[in-house]
Amino acid sequence: MATAQAVSSSRSWFKSLELVLGLLFAGGIALVVLLSPVLFPDGGEGMDLMARLTPPFQSWGHILGTDPLGRDVLARVAVGGKISLMVGFLSVLGAVTIGTLVGLVAGYYRGIAEMLLMRFADIQLALPFILVAIMFLAILGAGIDKVILVMIATQWVQYARLVRGSVLAMREREFILSARAIGVGNGRIIFTHILPNVLGPIIILMTLQVANNILLESSLTFLGLGVDPLIPSWGGMLADGRTYLQTAWWVSVFPGLAIMFTVLGLNLLGDWLRDLLDPTGQTSK
Amino acid sequence: MAGFILKRLLQAIFVVLAVTLIVAFAIRLSGDPAIMMLGGGGNVTEQDLQNIRQALGLERPFYVQYLSFLQGILTGDFGRSFMGGTPVSLLISRALPATLLLAFASLIVSIILSVPLGIYAAVHRGRWPDQLIRILSLVGLSFPNFWLAIMLVLLFSIVLGLLPPSGMEGPESFIMPALTMAIILTATNVRLVRTSMLETLSQQYIMVARSKGLRDRVVLYKHALRNSAIPLVTYIGLQFGGLIGGIVIIERVFNWPGMGTLAFDAISNRDYPVLQGTITVLALFIILINLLVDIAYGLIDPRIRTE
Repeated sequence: MATAQAVSSSRSWFKSLELVLGLLFAGGIALVVLLSPVLFPDGGEGMDLMARLTPPFQSWGHILGTDPLGRDVLARVAVGGKISLMVGFLSVLGAVTIGTLVGLVAGYYRGIAEMLLMRFADIQLALPFILVAIMFLAILGAGIDKVILVMIATQWVQYARLVRGSVLAMREREFILSARAIGVGNGRIIFTHILPNVLGPIIILMTLQVANNILLESSLTFLGLGVDPLIPSWGGMLADGRTYLQTAWWVSVFPGLAIMFTVLGLNLLGDWLRDLLDPTGQTSK
Repeated sequence: MAGFILKRLLQAIFVVLAVTLIVAFAIRLSGDPAIMMLGGGGNVTEQDLQNIRQALGLERPFYVQYLSFLQGILTGDFGRSFMGGTPVSLLISRALPATLLLAFASLIVSIILSVPLGIYAAVHRGRWPDQLIRILSLVGLSFPNFWLAIMLVLLFSIVLGLLPPSGMEGPESFIMPALTMAIILTATNVRLVRTSMLETLSQQYIMVARSKGLRDRVVLYKHALRNSAIPLVTYIGLQFGGLIGGIVIIERVFNWPGMGTLAFDAISNRDYPVLQGTITVLALFIILINLLVDIAYGLIDPRIRTE
């Protein structure tokens, strides 16, 4: 058996690696995506008809090759990332806002709000997101705004549950009791004493959810229920690329790798944050 | 114990009601089924539309329609497809086995892979095999399952020419869809096995077993694994919903004739009764599995009942 010290030093070495790789992957891709209007002013739409179906790593002009219309794969991956990152961040922002408010109220006042929240949580556990999304998007029609709305509508519950749990653990603590004893109002207790103490788990969950929602958006777009197929997006490129997998594998490989490195980077950061902010493991699955 | 089962049962019934209500409501948002059935043709008169609404019972208030939808579920009647009038229950009875076959096969493969890997990681906690398994499982959680499916098609069908890219022609058609889901599931399950083993290994009875001089293998497989199995089964049972959701997408890639394919065909045909039936049956199935797992857990481990 390794000594405890050896384990912990290999562990802290590994933790730093997690942070470095996480920043490198997620940050690197985010940087390319954010700079894409400068790097690729044609928005990935330019067709180089003489260079159709160029394989990757063979021409400086098209490092990652071109698709059957002669569009540059690298440019489209960079531009397409905007959709993924936007959906990831906006959906999480919406869900965390609603979820935190509901969770604070349910955990602090308990009663009917708490009861309703827990029943919502039961429903959410029984209905996989993808089924709900398929049903509503099939009926309401595809679209990026609707994808974000469905994500917010189904995911706020997770934040609410997490916050409720933290608040329950917190509300009988002495510093809260003493705040109440000296007459601090409920609203002030919730926002200045309780909220800052539950932020850690929320931030971890947010990081992991951005990653998760990037995956979900790509799935929905791949299925034709997400982003308009005319707008470059990772899921859309994969749906396209699948039809000419035999002649141009690179069109399907690179957007998938872009998703993988973005999500892996965020997952690594989430893991790193978990050890930093949540040593007792409230957010572990 | 009876109280515990009753409580869980009531919860499940509540969830069934809520879920069916959501489905019924969503389908109502789709607009007027009468117009959809007749299409936008020029010869449709208001009278035709009225007749269809009458026949479908659309003139009744929403709650009456919802109750008759519930009644339909109880009797296995989900209405008829807009395309050709086949009973939805018949379509589902053909598609559901294909989906469940994939679900259970990939679950079994993933358990075969993740139990030894997870134990290995737990035993080597903090050392490089553990870190490697951890990294691999993080990578496995980081790509969309349909992309993995496409990559497997690229490798096994196009490059190696070993397996058919889609359909349900023979046993070979089954390998790639099941493998895709098994790999995705294994990425999660390895972590679950590892955590649950670590927890068990820190218990006092393990220390007692070790201090009695029992061999490591006996302690691991007889004492630790058996006691870890209970929480594991629960976690894995709770993933069932996610598993079904994943399969629905994978079926699309492989043209696997299951519930996912049925649902997507229904979407492109705007065949809402079929969509409604598919989603409802899948959701009911997931609720049932979760309920059974919960009750089983309560039966095996009395501490849960008092929670």
